[in-house]
This record gives sequence, structure tokens and C-alpha cells, in this order.
Amino acid sequence: MRRTAMLVLTGLVLTSSAYAATLDERLADYRRQGATNFSAQAGEALWNKEFTDARSGEKRSCATCHHANLAEPGKHAETGKLIKPMKPAANPERLTDARKIEKWFLRNCKWTYGRECTAQEKGDFLTFINR
Amino acid sequence: MRVLRMFVLAAAAAAVPAAVADSDRGPDVSPVTNTLYRQECASCHMAYPPGLLPARSWEKLMASLADHFGDNAELAPEDRKAITVFLTGHAADRAREKRARKIVASLRPGDIPLRISETRYIASKHRELPARLVAGNPEVRSLAQCNACHTRAERGSYSESEIDIPGYGRWED
Repeated sequence: MRRTAMLVLTGLVLTSSAYAATLDERLADYRRQGATNFSAQAGEALWNKEFTDARSGEKRSCATCHHANLAEPGKHAETGKLIKPMKPAANPERLTDARKIEKWFLRNCKWTYGRECTAQEKGDFLTFINR
Repeated sequence: MRVLRMFVLAAAAAAVPAAVADSDRGPDVSPVTNTLYRQECASCHMAYPPGLLPARSWEKLMASLADHFGDNAELAPEDRKAITVFLTGHAADRAREKRARKIVASLRPGDIPLRISETRYIASKHRELPARLVAGNPEVRSLAQCNACHTRAERGSYSESEIDIPGYGRWED
């Protein structure tokens, strides 16, 4: 019983530190690129801000596929496939893999804004997602 | 209906020893086994079995991921290479499964379809479907969502008895 509890606790500590480490490492990288003072508020404002796609005329925001409430699952705009919640509290896989974070920033910023996100925007997003 | 069908099948099987029931035969196209492909491609849509398109289609598709049917699906170069190798290696024109061969046979030499639903064999298979069951069905939306109706789509199996159209049910030709 005690051993189980210890194992569970160790597991929790390991996962939370793995994800905290990934997050810290990403933010440090963005700071090296000149970003500073990351803000969850700025991240949230940008998350919900609608942009018009030049080619299709469609309005798009992060919330189009991911939901404005990060604890809720989202839905792919085109295929309807379920997207697991963004909030680490609701989905422990989130923010644990730096490569994955950058892959999705590249793809989704280009789709939503027609350009890559800046280091400042990425840091604000991650700070918002982790709030 | 099903009982009758089973009976007919059983009778056919009895009469012709070589005949097999749907549940006993192998897949129509080989099922998806590649983890990287699943991880990278099936986060937005079902993992389409590579045996549904010829190698030249997969090559063209993987060379234009920045505009993937209007979405950005760019990959790290090494992942793109590895997935292309998997897709082309198991493509319809390199497969032995029955439906893979039918798909290939239906193509004209110069055809490089990017959508599975544009291959002539698959298009003809779905021609009789009324729009209300596909485009007009919010749970299906388009032929691209194979797994909305084909319950074993990702396992490479597309027999008629495994079709369950949301809000409609079984489909009989």
C-alpha cells in the first residue's frame, strides 16, 4: 500500500518535473531569441483573435480547432477529428515534448496567420496554456 | 436480412469450396503498422492505409505538405523521408491485396490522384450514395472520412457487411 503510494507520488513528481523542464527550456530558448516578460493574458488574447485567411477568406483563430476553454477537447476544422485538451491539467501529455511543440507552432501559426509565430508569441502562448 | 445473407453465403460456401465469408478473408488492403506514420499523420485524420493509392500519388502528396488540402502539414525532413518510404513501399501498385490491385487497375497511366476518393475504382464504388448520407451528413461530411462508415477502415477492411452509416445504418448494394 505504502509502496504503491510512493510509486504514484514518484510518478507524479517525475511527470510534472519533465513537463516543467520542457516548458522552462522552451521559454529560455525564446528569451535567447530576444523575447521577454511572457504573459498569459497576451497569450489568451492572441489565442482568441480572429484572422482572415488571404486565400479562402475564412476567419481563423487557435480556438477554431482547439476551443477557447483549454480544458475542453477541440475539433479539427476540416476533418472533425477530436483534438485532446491543451491544458496540461486535463491532458498530461501536453508541453512534454519540445520537438512536438515546435512542429505544431510551425504548422498552426502558418495555417492561422499565414506566417510563423515570433518567439514572444510562442512564449506567451505556452504561458497561457500552462496557466 | 443478415440471417438470410449468412444463409446465402453458407450455401455458396458449401457449393463452391473456394468461396469464403467476409469475416474469414484477409484485408482488402494491408493494415497500417507504422508508428511514425500514425503519430504524424493520424493526429488530424484517420491513418489511411497506403494500399489505397499508388506510390506516385504518395510521393506527390509528401512533396507538397505545406499545402496539404489547404492545411499545413509540414514535417521534419527526416520524418518526411521515413514516412514516404513506408507509404511508397506499401502502396497500391506494390501490394498484393485484392482491392489495392483493383484501385491500380482503375487508374489511367498518367493519373496521379491525390485523393483516394478520386481513384476511379473508389469513386465508382461510392457513386450510388445519396449526398444526404455523406456531404449532408454532419457525422460523415465527406468521402475522406472512410472510418465514419467503414468500421474497420484503419485495419484495411472495407467489406459491405462492415459498413455502418451514422444515422442510417447498413448499406446494401
